[in-house]
Amino acid sequence: MDAPSPRGAAAVADRRPLTGHHVVLAEDRPMPLDNGAEIGPFSVAYQTYGTLNADKSNAVLVCHALTGDQYVAEPHPITGKPGWWSMMVGPGLPIDTERYFVICANTLGGCMGTTGPKEPDPATGRPYGLSFPVITIADMVRAQKLLIDHLGIRQLFCVLGGSMGGMQALQWAATYPEMVYSAIPIATSWRHSAQNIAFHEVGRQAIMSDPDWHGGDYYSRNVQPTRGLAVARMAAHITYLSETALHRKFGRSLQDRKVLSFGFDADFQVESYLRHQGITFVDRFDANSYLYITRAMDYFDLAMEYGGNLADAFRDTPTRFCLISFTSDWLFPTAESRAIVHALNAAAANVSFVEVDSDKGHDAFLLDEPELHRVLRGFLDGVAEHKGLGAGGG
Amino acid sequence: MPRDNGRPPPAAPRGPGIRTDLRLIAEMVEPGSRVLDVGCGDGDLLDHLWHAKEVDGRGIELSMDGVHACVSRGLSVIQGDADTDLADYPDGAFDYVVLSQTLQAVRNPRDVLSDLVRIGRRAIVSVPNFGYWRVRFGLLLRGRMPITYGLPYQWYDTPNIHLCTLRDLGLLCDEMGVVIERSLILSRSGRALALDPGRLANWVGEQAVFLLRRRAAGDGA
Repeated sequence: MDAPSPRGAAAVADRRPLTGHHVVLAEDRPMPLDNGAEIGPFSVAYQTYGTLNADKSNAVLVCHALTGDQYVAEPHPITGKPGWWSMMVGPGLPIDTERYFVICANTLGGCMGTTGPKEPDPATGRPYGLSFPVITIADMVRAQKLLIDHLGIRQLFCVLGGSMGGMQALQWAATYPEMVYSAIPIATSWRHSAQNIAFHEVGRQAIMSDPDWHGGDYYSRNVQPTRGLAVARMAAHITYLSETALHRKFGRSLQDRKVLSFGFDADFQVESYLRHQGITFVDRFDANSYLYITRAMDYFDLAMEYGGNLADAFRDTPTRFCLISFTSDWLFPTAESRAIVHALNAAAANVSFVEVDSDKGHDAFLLDEPELHRVLRGFLDGVAEHKGLGAGGG
Repeated sequence: MPRDNGRPPPAAPRGPGIRTDLRLIAEMVEPGSRVLDVGCGDGDLLDHLWHAKEVDGRGIELSMDGVHACVSRGLSVIQGDADTDLADYPDGAFDYVVLSQTLQAVRNPRDVLSDLVRIGRRAIVSVPNFGYWRVRFGLLLRGRMPITYGLPYQWYDTPNIHLCTLRDLGLLCDEMGVVIERSLILSRSGRALALDPGRLANWVGEQAVFLLRRRAAGDGA
């Protein structure tokens, strides 16, 4: 196999309408951003599953991770693959769509229908590119809040997500405590670590050093920095796995050959696998979105927002929390979840914390982990009982 | 903190009931209060308190199996231990902090005890009694570390690293300015004996449950 090729160039540029709901928000007045600028009107693309009950008390907001999107529980419109949490969200599943009304919105800055760098700037009619404002996790949550207001929901039964989605769940609980009955931040942290910023920087440099990036203005040239984006994805993908998982899956096995090539082809299966991850990613993701969203994660520091004391982010919080981490996750290790738990304890919050034993690394939250499913189901059932939410969602 | 608007369903159909010492602990808890159960195991006490008394309960449990069991049954429990995780909690965060059959297994019982009465307006502590006559005779007559119904471990695999007698605990409470408001001396069968804490209780009590609080200004010595 050759180095990642730009076969996906057309897919992202193509403007065919995506399936699902769209709404234009911040029409009357623009939404303020953390960088001092404002944005609006902007669109948000979102999917829903299940039915909102009469008193609108059964809404669950799922927040997707860095490269996720709103297609939680249905085939992806571009790749055709099952939804990224289709094992978790659906009838009879832990996030039971016969009981809950599940909402997932493509994040602000994303590339699956919500306003982001590849969408046209209403002021110029041309794609934003790098003129899109640098946004934060709090900005993403502000945009989600406008969506929830638009849907007429006063309080979310639960806000949950893994990785960046977990950051958003924490931000939701800190910023809009009365709107969050429960929150499940999974495999996440209250701030992005130096190591994680470092990995993101490698990814961004890979994109920006691709000649097809053109300072972010590749849209008008009808090209995509696919090689840079693919390399960024390859590097990041390693951080989502664990050494054990990689070894179990590939070991030192060779790819389609019996002897070493003494060259730089993908001799090893693990190389071939990573190249495949890189190449397929560029079909569905915009390189500038990758820059903006990784930046938002890097800037995330919930403690700093509250004077350096994380517990102050959760003073008198009415939210019921369940933190979940995975033993082999070295990107967002258990210690970071535990630090959040300590802060929540210091705020006398209602908190559960479970470390799930898994050797699958950070990505464990997306995979079939029966223990994770059992814990989520049990926690949500308990919360529903406390809220007096009946089994039928009413 | 706002109270939850949901009410617990009628008591869960969960076997004949909970362990005797847990039932006695539960009887000391006022309905509707806030309780932290340190070393909550599978969550039997918290579950019972919620269903029987609408208690807003939280738990800390060392074993992951216990934590998973608790969270999966809808209880608010974190993985942690009494030695390291109590320090985070603010003063008076709970009406009661419960430490059942765990004080003897922590590294610093004195610090833990002090945290219990700091975090909770009251602490409910149950301990096995090393002054129990069978324990005393075990050591005296057999010359070996006692193994009893309540202390079933061999010396080399016991989690109980700070065993004490009821009298020891009483003296420590005195020294720390902790008031014993109530005590229940339990027989081997778990029956509450009609005894005040004292020499006799320290002989015949297999374990005891104490309701503790910090000495207030008006308490005297």
